[in-house]
Amino acid sequence: MSAEAQLDITQAPRTNWLVLLPLFLVLGLGLLLALNLLQKKRDQDAGRDSKEVPSPLIGKPVPAFDTLDLVTGAAVSTKALRGQAFILNVWASWCAVCQIEHPVFNAYAKTPGALPVIGLNYKDAPDDAKRWIAQLGNPYNQIAVDENGKIGMDLGVYGAPETYFVDRDGIIRFKQIGEMTAQILATQTARMAGPR
Amino acid sequence: MMRFLLIWLGLIALSAAHAIDPLPFVDQKQEQRFQAVATELRCLQCQNQNLADSDAALAKDMRLQIFEMMQKGSSDQQIKQYMIDRYGDFVIYTPPFNWQNAMLWLLPLLAALSGLSFVLLHFRAQPERKNTLNNDVAVNKADAGDNW
Repeated sequence: MSAEAQLDITQAPRTNWLVLLPLFLVLGLGLLLALNLLQKKRDQDAGRDSKEVPSPLIGKPVPAFDTLDLVTGAAVSTKALRGQAFILNVWASWCAVCQIEHPVFNAYAKTPGALPVIGLNYKDAPDDAKRWIAQLGNPYNQIAVDENGKIGMDLGVYGAPETYFVDRDGIIRFKQIGEMTAQILATQTARMAGPR
Repeated sequence: MMRFLLIWLGLIALSAAHAIDPLPFVDQKQEQRFQAVATELRCLQCQNQNLADSDAALAKDMRLQIFEMMQKGSSDQQIKQYMIDRYGDFVIYTPPFNWQNAMLWLLPLLAALSGLSFVLLHFRAQPERKNTLNNDVAVNKADAGDNW
């Protein structure tokens, strides 16, 4: 073997190590994506949808609104609700999942220690909404009318149903996107009653 | 076939025209501004469409909000911030650089750099390899005549 060939061999380990760097980067990236995928699977098993958009309003004051009650026509405002924790349930008569989750709220409203449930009738025709309530029952202490969806936009609503848990300081503590369950209602109610 | 194609094209044109609701813009410049902002915001109901293209009810409301804010003299940045405050960074197609999004921004850069380093290393190693190749050829000359 010639001297040049030997030189090549002594240089080989250093070069090889650097050449492998992209491979390690790709492997690292693959690992990261795999972990993310697993997390997504875990979220799905826990009943969370990966398409859900995290709300920037968690931990922030509930946006103020001042509107009328669907049934009584009385004023409904965040101002009047201050000082007590409540649940804000966004619903509409055109929303199929709202109909599915409605019995859960009907049952919840009858349980002792239940928080007041405020309905937000989102982008709905008032007549349709009234008929819906008459047929399926009214678990709501008040139903705020949001016909043009302005209150919904302030809340970051991007579909119905969505449910917000507001503590007695008027801070949004939790947001459920999609169907509400009795279990979530129970755990979040207990959380609201706790410190802070 | 031709007729089918025409109907199909007509339907596409119809849907495109439908997605853009007629709004009373002050001038063409405002309309262009509106379009620019609307294409930079994501429709949350149909997550792979921007606001300008989407026909979802919420997208319509958001477009109307953009329009109204423009009439009131809000800047593009104020409008985008308004949407981010309500729907989060997700609503905007160019998310801000922060620790949560660092991966999103740095990964392409990292990938490009690693690719570049690979190419550079590869080409730097090339001349040496040529030498060894020549050596091989020289050595192989001894085999000349062997039929294999």
